[in-house]
Amino acid sequence: MTDVRMKVWRGDATGGAFVDFTVPADEGMVVLDVVHRIQATHAPDLAVRWNCKAGKCGSCSAEINGHPKLMCMTRMNTFAPDEEITVSPVKTFPVVKDLVTDVSFNYEKAKTIPAFKPKPKEADGTRRMYQEDVERVQEFHKCIECFLCQDVCHVIRDHEENKPSFSGPRYFVRLAALEMHPLDTNDRIDLARLKHGLGYCNITKCCTEVCPEDIHITDNAIIPLKERIVTRTYDPIAWALRRMRGKSGDLGAGEPEPPSA
Amino acid sequence: MATTTASVRQRPHERHDRWWVEPLTIVLVLGLFAVYAFVVSIQNANYYYDPYLSPFYSPCLTTGCVHPTFPIIGDWYNLSPAFLIVGSPLAFRVTCYYYRRSYYRAFFWSPPACTVPDARAKYSGETRFPFNLQNLHRYALYLAIPVLAILWWDAIEAFRFVVPNPERFSGIAVDFPTDRHFGIGLGTVIMVTNVVLLSGYTFGCHAARYLVGGYLDSFHGKSLRFRLWSWANQLNARHSRWAWFSLFSVMLTDLYVRLCAMGVITDLRWVS
Repeated sequence: MTDVRMKVWRGDATGGAFVDFTVPADEGMVVLDVVHRIQATHAPDLAVRWNCKAGKCGSCSAEINGHPKLMCMTRMNTFAPDEEITVSPVKTFPVVKDLVTDVSFNYEKAKTIPAFKPKPKEADGTRRMYQEDVERVQEFHKCIECFLCQDVCHVIRDHEENKPSFSGPRYFVRLAALEMHPLDTNDRIDLARLKHGLGYCNITKCCTEVCPEDIHITDNAIIPLKERIVTRTYDPIAWALRRMRGKSGDLGAGEPEPPSA
Repeated sequence: MATTTASVRQRPHERHDRWWVEPLTIVLVLGLFAVYAFVVSIQNANYYYDPYLSPFYSPCLTTGCVHPTFPIIGDWYNLSPAFLIVGSPLAFRVTCYYYRRSYYRAFFWSPPACTVPDARAKYSGETRFPFNLQNLHRYALYLAIPVLAILWWDAIEAFRFVVPNPERFSGIAVDFPTDRHFGIGLGTVIMVTNVVLLSGYTFGCHAARYLVGGYLDSFHGKSLRFRLWSWANQLNARHSRWAWFSLFSVMLTDLYVRLCAMGVITDLRWVS
């Protein structure tokens, strides 16, 4: 058993500061274990949100030495023995208390994405998906909604004013899962551009780097959506082909109707 | 939705690792490449050493080229032929999704590293001019593919050595001898490696992946497009490596041809 030094941010919406703790850590511990030991031995009123301790509920998101991570999946032996470890709440969302933040921004954004609207059933009363199509969107369904990608995204992290017009990587994953779904009939391309602000993303890939589920958010969700938007909005050849084939749609289509909740 | 912003946001970032190494490296490498490309492009000499043509000068489009590919521009053009073709690869790399990630971080500090704050107070991403032009990346791809085809032709030509004739190496001869035979030199290997790396970079590009099949919602009954999309996916998974290695290979190929043409080194030939 060795002592570890941990600086934990403590405070609320009005402000706060880092508080130093030194506690013994056992072999095999993760950061969340140390935070729990601090709760048990030094600060019983330390607020921390957690649930599964297995990297599957997405509750214990925090910033550890400035890196957005799940506390339950960050092993203590990844730090140098005498390294001071800082733990702070995710910065993109308002602090409630200590390490707990109000992530309701995400739930409000989720409401603005229309639900899955499947095609009519085939003659035999079924709907079919083929394996290659299942595999493509399966990756997106691994999301545990830890919101680390939302936290690290500089578009809303560093620019509060963008929050009304930009939904963040989590919702581009959601939009991609539905837009690429072979059975979904809703058109979400204009929605992604005009209501969810995909154009604000400058693909710096931080969302992909922090994803604990290893979802290739930028490469497989955001960029394919951007390419679909290009076809719809910016590509004159695609526009000319649509016109020749008698399909509707002009370059830079107007604002869509507000999405249903 | 709560609107309160905690003061934690205003504090300096907490990263105490060497986050600045990556953006600094990118600035140095891309800066070095830009300086090198400008210098060799403006030089207008030492870009051909039979049968190797520098990728900075291919296709060579003027009648004044030492080794013209398509001499469609007459003697009135007296600048370097490299300037005529630099736009295609430059546009392709500048609008490339991977390079965008790199230079937005390294040059624009938007952000310089994950969780390190943006340099600018206001941010509109790629929604406004000139950054919305990034949406035309696929057009840069359309321009890059014919150039790539010509580089493949150059690589094939690199297997065809001329029968030694001292007059051809006087520096002024521009005739094209027909007496060529199969050969392999170090330059051949370099030229082929370069074009393979450029092909991996080009066909693994996100726009190519979309255009060959990524635009579809269902691949059922579209086996060719599914196969092409799957191959593009495999290349795309290592797009960053293809991007850097192909950048270095273009520079090294030019450097090798240049040093041979200047007489600094002699081409190592195994079969000639």
